[in-house]
Amino acid sequence: MKDLDPAILFSVLQEILGGLFWPLVAGALLAGLAFLVVLVRDRRLVSDRFLMSELIGLAGGVFAIWLAFVVTDSNFADIGGPIDWVLLIVLFALGGVGGTLCAYLLLALVRPQRVGGA
Amino acid sequence: MTDTETTRLDRRRVLLGGLSALGAAGLSLAVPSAPSRAEDRSDRVATKARIVVAGAGAAGLASAARLAQRLDGAEIILIDKRRAHYYQPGFTLIAAGLQPPSYAVSQTRDYIPGGASLIEEAVAEIDPVGKTVVTESGRAVPYDFLVVATGLDLDYGAIPGMDVTRIGTNGLGSVYAGPDAAAATYAAMSRFAETGGAGLFLRPATEMKCAGAPLKYTFITDDVLRRRGNRGKAELTYNAQNATLFSVPIVSEKVRMLFQDRGVKVNYSHVLSAIDLQRRIATFASPGGQVQMPYDFINVIPPMRAPAVVRASALAWQSGPFAADGWMEVERDTLRHRRFPDVFGVGDVAGVPKGKTAASVKWQVPVAIDHLVAGITGRPSAARYNGYTSCPLITRIGQAMLVEFDYDNNLTPSFPGIIAPLEELWISWVMKEIALKPTYLAMLRGKA
Ligand SMILES: Cc1cc2nc3c(=O)[nH]c(=O)nc-3n(C[C@H](O)[C@H](O)[C@H](O)COP(=O)(O)OP(=O)(O)OC[C@H]3O[C@@H](n4cnc5c(N)ncnc54)[C@H](O)[C@@H]3O)c2cc1C
Repeated sequence: MKDLDPAILFSVLQEILGGLFWPLVAGALLAGLAFLVVLVRDRRLVSDRFLMSELIGLAGGVFAIWLAFVVTDSNFADIGGPIDWVLLIVLFALGGVGGTLCAYLLLALVRPQRVGGA
Repeated sequence: MTDTETTRLDRRRVLLGGLSALGAAGLSLAVPSAPSRAEDRSDRVATKARIVVAGAGAAGLASAARLAQRLDGAEIILIDKRRAHYYQPGFTLIAAGLQPPSYAVSQTRDYIPGGASLIEEAVAEIDPVGKTVVTESGRAVPYDFLVVATGLDLDYGAIPGMDVTRIGTNGLGSVYAGPDAAAATYAAMSRFAETGGAGLFLRPATEMKCAGAPLKYTFITDDVLRRRGNRGKAELTYNAQNATLFSVPIVSEKVRMLFQDRGVKVNYSHVLSAIDLQRRIATFASPGGQVQMPYDFINVIPPMRAPAVVRASALAWQSGPFAADGWMEVERDTLRHRRFPDVFGVGDVAGVPKGKTAASVKWQVPVAIDHLVAGITGRPSAARYNGYTSCPLITRIGQAMLVEFDYDNNLTPSFPGIIAPLEELWISWVMKEIALKPTYLAMLRGKA
């Protein structure tokens, strides 16, 4: 008799982020859109720039895990069972993907001329 | 917005989104499906019914929100004198030194749903025969349906020698007494964690809200002592009120093992009967007679009873285990009063086994309200409350066990096979810290 209601998830998320919720949604949409624009503009994924962003993305993953520990007053010693490792990996992956995406965008803005030379 | 900002915010969004998706099971994201179907806006029931909700805490506010969602034209009247709303599960984090008192305090007014009104007075009398409640100023408020959600009374007066104004001084702690008392308790516990000595933990012999809280605070104190390198200087003792450490046998056994692991000494069937705050001596009633125990720190948890207004009314149980403390005589699977069918009792005041947690409120309210609405439409309701109770049992700062159970002492994990209920996990702690309060607030607004 249980079901997981997406509407509940949505309102809980809204409650967690409070006033940040809509700016964050807008920010994420904007970043996604900008990424698409850059892809279309360059007509491909610039590989050396992407490699660089992936490296920066790794830092993003580490940052996400660090942030989770800081926000929850805990640390590595508190990792208990397998599900805790899964959560860590998910956090790392999310931080990594977000970081890579944002780094790619940033590099595209800072060094747009190098597009042809890749 | 600059890209750096986007980067930072985007990461936070991603991180918190993931956490909240996994989180919130402390208040269980799962909802009883029957009532949620009926809550479709298109299904709103037109009625002129006058519904009084006595008490605007967790259960009262959540009930008013659900009623406002489901009824069109009803008069919904909340009655509560206290202007501040307390998020009580936060008291434990305050008493752990992790949050300020303001973490648990907000304003009741901010949660009153559209279409409902609030009378800022206490209910002084309930007359279920005349279908009227009377406020302390003598104002009579008649009703067609009554939801009683007055929570419970902390009966500190029942412990000779106890004085709540002295919490935080001379080794006296009491996490339950309120947000400021919780902070004062941390101050006292923190001093104890430096000096060491005898730490005493206990629970009352009555029914109580969040029966895990006394255990949690024992674990937290143990952890703080260890972090400061002073565990060797302290002896911790937990005095259980009967022969168990928790009402659910499998959980009780797990806590026994954990206490053994942490070196917490346990006495069974020891109930606090008096306290000498000056000399720091607590007296316990035990099978062998009165036992005096000196302490350097104590976490006093008082007996709990139904509020006087309920105890004195015809709504209280007249016999059986819930009569002595005046809990409301409701059907355990519908929360409807057994003798007055227009009256419902939700939250801590309900005279049912288990169920005195905010997580239970989340399950009780949709069921009770579905039956109330069924009373208006004349259609039967199939919604049932199974006793769901949950309590993220903190076992140290950074880990908890997500313990969820029902009337029959079955474990009812929200994430079976994924989050083990009897395992000390970081993910369960993360839920308690990040997702529990937002889920609770969403519940007050009828959104969870
Ligand atoms: C230290 C602590 C830790 C806890 N930890 C957890 C946890 O981890 N998880 C969990 O799920 N739950 C936890 N709880 C339990 C949870 O807070 C309660 O079960 C929940 O608040 C019950 O809701 P309620 O509406 O019945 O009572 P309350 O929220 O207490 O509200 C009762 C309301 O009734 C009002 N009232 C009283 N008398 C009258 C009157 N005569 N007239 C009008 N109004 C009146 C009061 O002013 C109050 O606003 C904890 C509680 C404490 C104290």
